[in-house]
This record gives sequence, structure tokens and C-alpha cells, in this order.
Amino acid sequence: MDKIAVIIPAFNEEAAIAGVVAEINQISKESGIALHPVVINDCSTDNTWGIISQLDCTALNLPINLGIGGAVQTGFKYAYRNGFSHAVQVDGDGQHPALEISRLYLAMKERQLNVIIGSRFLENKGFQSSGLRRMGINYFKWLNKILIGQTITDNTSGLRMIDRSVLEAVVKYYPDEYPEPEAVVFYAKKGFKIGELPVQMRERQGGVSSIRAFGPLYYMAKVTLAVLFTYLRFTFNSKR
Amino acid sequence: MAKIQLLAILASLSFLFYIGRLIVKGKLREEYSIVWILSTIVLIVFSFWRNGLEILAHTLGIYEAPNMIFTGAIFIIMIYLLHLSIVLSKTQRQNKELSQELALLKQELKKEKVA
Repeated sequence: MDKIAVIIPAFNEEAAIAGVVAEINQISKESGIALHPVVINDCSTDNTWGIISQLDCTALNLPINLGIGGAVQTGFKYAYRNGFSHAVQVDGDGQHPALEISRLYLAMKERQLNVIIGSRFLENKGFQSSGLRRMGINYFKWLNKILIGQTITDNTSGLRMIDRSVLEAVVKYYPDEYPEPEAVVFYAKKGFKIGELPVQMRERQGGVSSIRAFGPLYYMAKVTLAVLFTYLRFTFNSKR
Repeated sequence: MAKIQLLAILASLSFLFYIGRLIVKGKLREEYSIVWILSTIVLIVFSFWRNGLEILAHTLGIYEAPNMIFTGAIFIIMIYLLHLSIVLSKTQRQNKELSQELALLKQELKKEKVA
């Protein structure tokens, strides 16, 4: 039977994390799909570690702050080494309802995809993010369409599931700082089949966005560069 | 020998000595010291050989010797800074991998203890 690692990067998420883990465990029981929460504490300054080490989940404690990409990759490494068949990335702030994980899994199997991304914009239901943010999301939709020739409506979505063949690739390479749009290009360049599923997201239940802290302009510039270089790297340097 | 010449030679030599001490104490790795030692040697050479700069500038077709120094020095500094950025990127990657392994190992250890 398929085992799914639910990878939850957590940086100062003491308010929401217990609820996120409990919801996943409950959905796992109800749906009969084996979901195993793996929480990665990315060197939080609050009591996140104290909370997650008491929860019914695998708790990983990073000694230094690696940023969301490095934290998620730690989870990928755990999942890969422990024989999980799939890994799904879920935000630690409660934005992603656990019910959507089982939907992602079933859709992925049915459509025979390697990567499935939960999109807020295929049906435009649920929490839709602010206007400025949507502009950025449209920009990445356009940029990635040019690069990979496939329309991904929600490149910044943190809710995404990958199968074991993709796991094998991401334990070797995964982007660091703002990994989501870059990872889409990486997956496409590696020849994985990517699809989207309309999902509904909630507003965050606690914590702050990793993007807000740095300013949107820096985010756009950094991610644009990273996306372009990822494209170049895997187009002209197929060895990696 | 002019006063400034003596001063330059003294400063260069003590700088060379300081770099040597850093290497001996293990605070500076040899591969990063090469550029410092080389530039100090260049300084010492031109402190002794005062006309050298003018002659060199002339051969290269540069009218003013100081212009040559600035251009050359800035160029070398830029290259060295790039080198440091590369080293830093590598260190950062290694750091990331180390801490990921550490987190995974600690979790395994805890699991062993419980079992």
C-alpha cells in the first residue's frame, strides 16, 4: 500500500501546528490513506519544537535556519530513506485543509502524474490571496509558460504532491529560498508529468508568510533569477 | 633610500609576517593566503624598485603609473571577491547538507532510544 509522507515545514508556527497535525491524522484514519505527518522545525524562536515533539508525528529539528526550501528538502530526504511512495508538502500555518491531500492523491493516481499541484485559481474558490499577490502569481504563470510550455495556474502554491521518482530527484537538488515556482521548472525540465487540481485554501491560521518579511520586490527579482537559471542549468547542463 | 620607501618596505614585511602567523595559528587556510602573499611580494618589489612602476606603465602604454595601479588593483579585487562568493556558496551548501543530516540522525537516535 502507498505510504504518503506529509511534509510540514514549520518556522514559528506554535499557534497552528498542533491543529494541522491533528487534522492530517484524522483524515488519515477516516480516508484509509496512510498519511504520516513529518514536521520540520526550521530553528524556530518560539515553542514550535516543544509542541511538535509531543505530537503524533515525526519531528525533525534543524540546528540552523535553512529557509523553507532546505526544510522541505529535509522532509523529502526522510521520506525517501524511509521508503515512502509519495510526499506531499503542506504549509505549517493551516492554510491547506488536510482533506485536499487525499483528493490530490486520488487525482494523481487517476491521471498518472508525477507531480500534482493544488491550485487556488482553476476554479477560484476559497481564499484567493490579495490583489498584489495575484499579480505576482499571474507573472509566474506567464514566465513558466514561456519556459516549460505548460500553463500552471498556481506556481506559488505550497500544496503539492510528488511520487517516488520525483522524490529521488529532489533529495539531490531542491531550491533553497523561495522554492515553489523554481521547483515547477525543475520538475518540467526533468521530464516529470505535472498536473493541477483545483483546491480550496483557507486564510493562514497563525504565523507570518515567508514572503512578507523580505519585501515583494526582492521576492520577484530573486525568484525570476532563480527560475531563469534553473531553466538554463537543466537545459544546457543535463549532467546534474 | 627615501623615508616613504623604508616605511612601505617595513609595512609590507610586517603584513607578510602577520599572514604567516595567521596560517601557523590555523586561522587562515593556505589556499586563501596565496593571493595575500603574492600581493605583499609585489608591494615589496615595487618598494625597492621605485622606477619599476613608471617603466611598467610605459611599456603598457599607460601615461600615469597610478592609473595602472588603480585599474589593476580594482580588477584583482573584483576577481578575488568573486572567488570568495564561490567559496561562500559552497560552504552554504555544505552547511545545509550537514544540518539536514544532523536533524535526520537525531530523529533516528530518538527512535532507537524509545524502541
